Amino acid sequence: MRASIDLKDKLMSAEEAVRRFVKDGDMIALGGFTVNRNTMVIAREIIRQERRELHLVMHSNGQAMDLLVGAGAVSRLELAYGGNGRFAPTCIRFRKAVQAGHVQVEDYSNFHMSLRFLAGALNLPFIPSCSGFESDVLNQQGFGPEVRGRGRIPSHKAVITDNPFSPDREPVVLLPALTPDVALIHAQLVGEDGTVRIKGLTFLDIEQAKAASRVIVTCEEVVPSAFLRQDPDQNSLPPFLVDAVVQAPFGAHPTACHYYYDYDPRHLNMYRQVAGDDNDFRTYLKEWVFGVADHEAYLAKVGVSDLMRIKANSSLGYAPGLDRR
Amino acid sequence: MAHAYTSKEMMALTAGRLVNNGDVLFAGTGLSMLAAAVAKRIHAPQAVVFFETGGIDPALKELPLAVGDPRVMAGTCMNSGLIDAFSLLGHRRLRTIAFLGAAQIDPFGNINSTCLGDYHRPKVRFPGSGGGCDAASLAFGVILFMQQEKKRFVEKVDYLTSVGWLRGGDSRWEAGYKRGGPMAVVTNLGVMKFDEQSRRMYLAACYPGVTPAQVAENTGFALDLTRAEESLPPSEEELTILRRDVDPQRLILGPAAE
Repeated sequence: MRASIDLKDKLMSAEEAVRRFVKDGDMIALGGFTVNRNTMVIAREIIRQERRELHLVMHSNGQAMDLLVGAGAVSRLELAYGGNGRFAPTCIRFRKAVQAGHVQVEDYSNFHMSLRFLAGALNLPFIPSCSGFESDVLNQQGFGPEVRGRGRIPSHKAVITDNPFSPDREPVVLLPALTPDVALIHAQLVGEDGTVRIKGLTFLDIEQAKAASRVIVTCEEVVPSAFLRQDPDQNSLPPFLVDAVVQAPFGAHPTACHYYYDYDPRHLNMYRQVAGDDNDFRTYLKEWVFGVADHEAYLAKVGVSDLMRIKANSSLGYAPGLDRR
Repeated sequence: MAHAYTSKEMMALTAGRLVNNGDVLFAGTGLSMLAAAVAKRIHAPQAVVFFETGGIDPALKELPLAVGDPRVMAGTCMNSGLIDAFSLLGHRRLRTIAFLGAAQIDPFGNINSTCLGDYHRPKVRFPGSGGGCDAASLAFGVILFMQQEKKRFVEKVDYLTSVGWLRGGDSRWEAGYKRGGPMAVVTNLGVMKFDEQSRRMYLAACYPGVTPAQVAENTGFALDLTRAEESLPPSEEELTILRRDVDPQRLILGPAAE
């Protein structure tokens, strides 16, 4: 793709972004972390457009991963952690799908996954690590030999070898790079030139975006380029790495977005209740995904009072005193 | 006079007491947040807490419920990302102490936070390693939280997520690890530590009112009980700080004592 720094070519609806950039069977990197900055608008749109056989790759994700797995959009995952903090120590639809054998899982650690995305971002074929010697994270294979070395799946989960630079026989773990088809990122700000600014912790979003072939960014606000260029030290991604920008205020709901809103304890507690039961979960999808045509309809359904309850304090970045029980 | 308190309160305070002023703490979710927050407020104000998500030394005015909670980004010395956090975890200049919890533990402090039963078709699936495997591999030391039950303290874990003292003795070093290893296991009944030579778990302390026999009954492998001392009960100051300042909504502490 030719580099573009004109947002006109990129600003689009979630519907168009998914239709153009997400295909059945794609390897998709999920940005954010557990209860923070999950790309929920895109996750719901992927479910609406009934994408199938997706291969999700992530370090630690919560709500977006669980919703996609629960909706049957996913056949494979490579991850370190599937949880929503205290709201679901293990993501519930994920747990059920793994226990039922509906998805194939390859476990790594967070450091492993971080390094694999970093390797992809740097265009390296693999990357060394010293984490996990003799653990089952390295010894147990989630993906069987029938899929190893085919398509996007590397021939080995990891290789343990001797450090070639050491006179002693020091072991080192080699991990295959990750180069996803698509990275899904939710940011606070995108400039009119497409520059991306993530506020608060960036987690691994920058490496994930750089490792991917296509990047969809949803954002709270589109702002004049000059505003982001006044303080470029704070910016996260250059415009020409971004393929689609979707303006979506509260786009990470029910997960948090620093300086904009907190996670929504009422929604996450409600989700925990319904996710445990197959029928209740189907009803949830019908109401909250298929039953709302777009993000505006979704926010109307959440309602003003719940959105105001989680509105962040502009100094602290979260909603102080929020009832999180 | 004795104060009523819960085992969760005792666990948080006991782990907090193991923190030294100036330690660099790698905290996870749940009890480890309480332990770090309480230690900072009582005896280790210079201790620095950081999270694998990249938040370094947050103010922790409110308790984070996940390492991705926006509360780990507030009042920090800096906000970064996972690559930066892992550069600190294993940094040779830092004595990083990591807190970890798990579903199963074996006599050498190897833990499982991935699944029960066969990995390919598990009976119960848990969240997975997260940064646990990395903390167990790279930190200077590890403090573990466990519920003391026979089904959790087992001869062999169903899945070895995070390596402890491996098979005991020098096996951890032989496997390629340069430092680290579990220092203590804090449970609802007491504290276990690991023998300097054999690296096998022994009972180091029982909470007030708990007997070594009770601990043994709730452990699925033989445990040396001969070195057990009795822990000090929580002080009024510790309980007040924990309940009033650290977790006033009892988000992690759960129901109060009767």
